[in-house]
Amino acid sequence: MRDNVRTIVKVGIAEMKITSAPGVIRTAGLGSCMGVVIYDADRSIAGMVHVMLPNSEMSKNQYVNPAKFADTGIAALRNKLIKAGAASSRLRAKIAGGSQMFQFHSKSELMRIGPRNIEAVKSRLSELGIMLAAEDTGGDNGRTIEFDPVSCVLNVKTIHMGEKNI
Amino acid sequence: MKTDCIPFQDSFCPIQLDLLKEVGNIGAGNAAASLSSLLNIPIAMSVPSIQIAGFDEVMESAGGAAEEMTIISLRIEGEAPGSMFFALAPNRAELFLTLLLGDLSNTLDLRQSALEEIGNIIAGSYLSSLADFTRLELFPSVPVVINDMVGAVLSTGLIELSKHSDQALVIETVLIVDQAEQVHGVFLLFPDPLFYDALFRSEGVTSEG
Repeated sequence: MRDNVRTIVKVGIAEMKITSAPGVIRTAGLGSCMGVVIYDADRSIAGMVHVMLPNSEMSKNQYVNPAKFADTGIAALRNKLIKAGAASSRLRAKIAGGSQMFQFHSKSELMRIGPRNIEAVKSRLSELGIMLAAEDTGGDNGRTIEFDPVSCVLNVKTIHMGEKNI
Repeated sequence: MKTDCIPFQDSFCPIQLDLLKEVGNIGAGNAAASLSSLLNIPIAMSVPSIQIAGFDEVMESAGGAAEEMTIISLRIEGEAPGSMFFALAPNRAELFLTLLLGDLSNTLDLRQSALEEIGNIIAGSYLSSLADFTRLELFPSVPVVINDMVGAVLSTGLIELSKHSDQALVIETVLIVDQAEQVHGVFLLFPDPLFYDALFRSEGVTSEG
C-alpha cells in the first residue's frame, strides 16, 4: 500500500456503514449476529451491516432500525452502495457469523437465532441477485471481521480457531 | 402488539430505578458471600449501577466487543425472563482456579469443572436471592462457561430485548477479591422487557402509581 494512513471504519451492532479504498471496514465480536459485506470490486467500494435478527417482522417496535434485521439491512445496504456509485450487477457478498454460542436453551427460539440468521441472510442475498462469494458461518465461536475493498479479502479472527482470509 | 420504543429513561421513575439497583445489590451480595466461603477469602462488592446504553456501549463497558473474557452465562426463564453473565478477564479466572484448586490447578478436566462449579454457585445464589426478594418464579438454565469474545457472548443476552429497543438496561455489580492480586469480576443482568412488568407488579411499583 502506497499510503500508510488507512482508515478503519467500525461498524457497531445493528449498524450499517460503507467505505472505499484505501479504508477497511470492520466489526467486532460477532456471535449469533451476522456481518454481511457487499462490495463492488471494480469501484473498490464496500459496505457492511451487522444484523442481529433474521426478520424485521420480529420487531415489536413501531420504529424499525433497518440495520438490525437481515431482510431490511441487506436491502438498505445494497441501495446505499448503489447511491454511492456501485453497479448493482457487479455486487458480491461475503458473510460471517451466525454462531450458536450456547447449547443451553436448545428448545427456545433464542437458541436457533444463529442458524436462522444465516438462512435469512442467504435468502435475502439471492432474492436481490447478489452472488455470495465466500462465507465463514455457523459453529460456536465469536468472530471479528475486517474487509479490504481493494483486495476484496475478508479477514476473520477468532480466539480459539485462529485467523483466516476468505 | 407494536408499541412505541421503550424509552427507558422516561419510563422508569426513581423508585423503580432504586428497585432495580436493589435487585443487583441483593443478588450480587449473596453471590459474593457464597464465593467468599467457597474460596475462603474476603470478597467486596461495588454499589450496583444501572446502565441504560446502546448495544455497543454495553460491550465497551464490559471490556470491548473483541476482547477475550471468561464468561459464565445463564438464561433465566419464568415470570421475569432475562440473561445473566459473570465476566472475568482470563488471567483473573486463573487466579480463581489457583485459589480453589491449589496445586491441582493445571489439570485440564478439573479446571473446566471447577469453573462450572464456581458458575453454579454464584449464579445459583444470585438467582435464589432474586427469586426470594421478588417472590417471582424463575427458572434458570444450567450455567455455561465460555471463553470467547465479549460481543459474541453478551449479544445473546440482547436478542429478546433487541426486538423492542435499540438500548439495553444493564444492572452491573463488580466483585472485588480483596487480595494483593485483585480479582475483579462483573455481574451483568440483562432483563428482558417482560422482567420489568413482573418485577414492578410484584413490588407494587407501577409508573402510573
